[in-house]
Amino acid sequence: MSSSLLTIEGLQVRFETADGEVSAVNGMDLDIGQGERIAVVGESGSGKSQAFLACLGLLARNGSAHGQVRWQDLNLLELSQQKLNTIRGRHIGMVFQDPMTALTPHLKVGRQLNEVLEIHRGQTGTLARQRCLEVLDQVRMPDPDKRLDQYPHELSGGMRQRVMIAMALLCEPKVLIADEPTTALDVTIQAEILALFKDLVEQQSMALVLITHDLGVVAGLCERAAVMYAGRVVEAGSVADLFTAPAHPYTAGLIGSTPKLKQAYGEPMPTIPGQPPNLSNLPVGCAFRPRCRYGIERCAERPKFKPLADGQGAACHRAGEWGGGA
Amino acid sequence: MLNYAVRRILGAIPTLFIIITLTFFLIRLAPGGPFDQEQTLPPEIEANLKAAYHLDKPMLVQYGYYLSNLARGDFGPSFKFKDFTVTQLIWQGFPVSMRLGLTAMLVALFVGIPLGSYAALRQNSRVDYSVMTVAMVGVAIPNFVVAPLLSLIFGIYLGWLPVAGWNDGALSHLILPVTALSLPYIAYIARLTRGSMIEVLGTNYVRTARAKGLPERTVITRHAFKAALLPVVSFLGPATARIISGSLVIEQIFGLPGIGRYFVQGALNRDYTLVMGVVIFYATLIILFNLVVDLVYAWLDPRVQYE
Repeated sequence: MSSSLLTIEGLQVRFETADGEVSAVNGMDLDIGQGERIAVVGESGSGKSQAFLACLGLLARNGSAHGQVRWQDLNLLELSQQKLNTIRGRHIGMVFQDPMTALTPHLKVGRQLNEVLEIHRGQTGTLARQRCLEVLDQVRMPDPDKRLDQYPHELSGGMRQRVMIAMALLCEPKVLIADEPTTALDVTIQAEILALFKDLVEQQSMALVLITHDLGVVAGLCERAAVMYAGRVVEAGSVADLFTAPAHPYTAGLIGSTPKLKQAYGEPMPTIPGQPPNLSNLPVGCAFRPRCRYGIERCAERPKFKPLADGQGAACHRAGEWGGGA
Repeated sequence: MLNYAVRRILGAIPTLFIIITLTFFLIRLAPGGPFDQEQTLPPEIEANLKAAYHLDKPMLVQYGYYLSNLARGDFGPSFKFKDFTVTQLIWQGFPVSMRLGLTAMLVALFVGIPLGSYAALRQNSRVDYSVMTVAMVGVAIPNFVVAPLLSLIFGIYLGWLPVAGWNDGALSHLILPVTALSLPYIAYIARLTRGSMIEVLGTNYVRTARAKGLPERTVITRHAFKAALLPVVSFLGPATARIISGSLVIEQIFGLPGIGRYFVQGALNRDYTLVMGVVIFYATLIILFNLVVDLVYAWLDPRVQYE
């Protein structure tokens, strides 16, 4: 594996709510290497988005993060906002899920792009405009020149997402975090945006963190994947290994619940029984235990993340012995 | 835009017409008349008076007279303030009320908006709670309590400012009435601004702005502020119309020659033409300011388009 760029260690994210404390992320560990394309997979509420929002100091007001997010010699969680602002938008870019609401409605697209160059590179005027056009071209925006003088509401959803991606790419970041970048888009546009990501990642040396619940997206784009459940990484490894030989029963369940083309008509879709855990009252031990078919007594203890062969690993006491695994 | 404004003004004519008609008949339905006094007038004098003002004619005929005068811009003579036309009375008082009202509204904006924004940025802190408590008190305590208190403390006990009087709108004479008039508006605007600012600070686009690495100051001034002002602007239209058409309480307590008093005096005296005059004046102001608000909206939010 290449040298690590961003290392998440023991990350905890909690929210104070009227109904008590909610633990969205519970001791997440993940290592992102230079130029690596990694998918973070999990269902809604698995903490995958909140973990990366926490890395960039973007949690909602009632949220707090603990643990370590190492970038070079710094722990991002302990940085002042001023220091953090020299990293986010410049070395770490982020693309969000819903392009319809992610752009400021009363500012022209050009302004929303060039302010990034202004703040991080001191570029303004023609120089900045040139760079904006260059990046818009790179994200295959039709008529980029015209777009700069338009407001977000004059653009389609796909175009707005291209603006978001361009925004994140302006300063040539070392890491691009894409939080469900295609979820809010039409299927045809989804395919275009994914193809765009693929090309961007191949052209540039930046690392890509793709947060998604769509396993189909993962397969085409990433080399490594981390599966999250109840705020923890329960399995990580190469995408090929995870798909063919999942070591955690949850990963196996996820892959099993993907609709198949050959599925017989009328046959029920396979699902994982039970409900995702209540984050304000997590089960003791393995969080997946109540839904797991392979549970044993020892699962009442919280399983450690066990390395297996070929960089694969899983947080399961029975990894490799319940029937799946490497 | 100009097209839209003209259309809106033309569209206001039927509204005004309905207001005129309703007021005309409602005020005449009220018991009593303009010439009822403690001492009854000799019947022949009363008859002469009524004939002079066409009050002896059937109501529909009176309505016809009124409309035709109005069409020529004539609001008619006041029944009570002899020798004055309604137009004269309004134009005499309006500059005073407008000066007072506009000053108070400007003060309310320049104090209320920063106060509300500051509270929003420090949500749930001690500063926030104290600002909101003061604002709550400001909304709750009526003018007629605040105004005499101010006058008593700063005018009589401390002797810093004149107790009352207009003195052609000299600054020292403006301070107390403007303070009393603006307090509830400051309080209301602060609460409005705080609420909408908190909402805007939680939006996705503010998160995007932060993710870009912009300093928090820029995030707020460039990305949040305009959107947070929208509710204040919609409040501002009718509120400005109300505040510049005079406050009875403030003008009475500080002895200011504005038009606020005509609203109540006109109605109590059954001064039909005066009531009609101030109602039409106020309605026109409201319509105008609502139009201004809609135009300001388009400037604040490019998604709003008028065609």
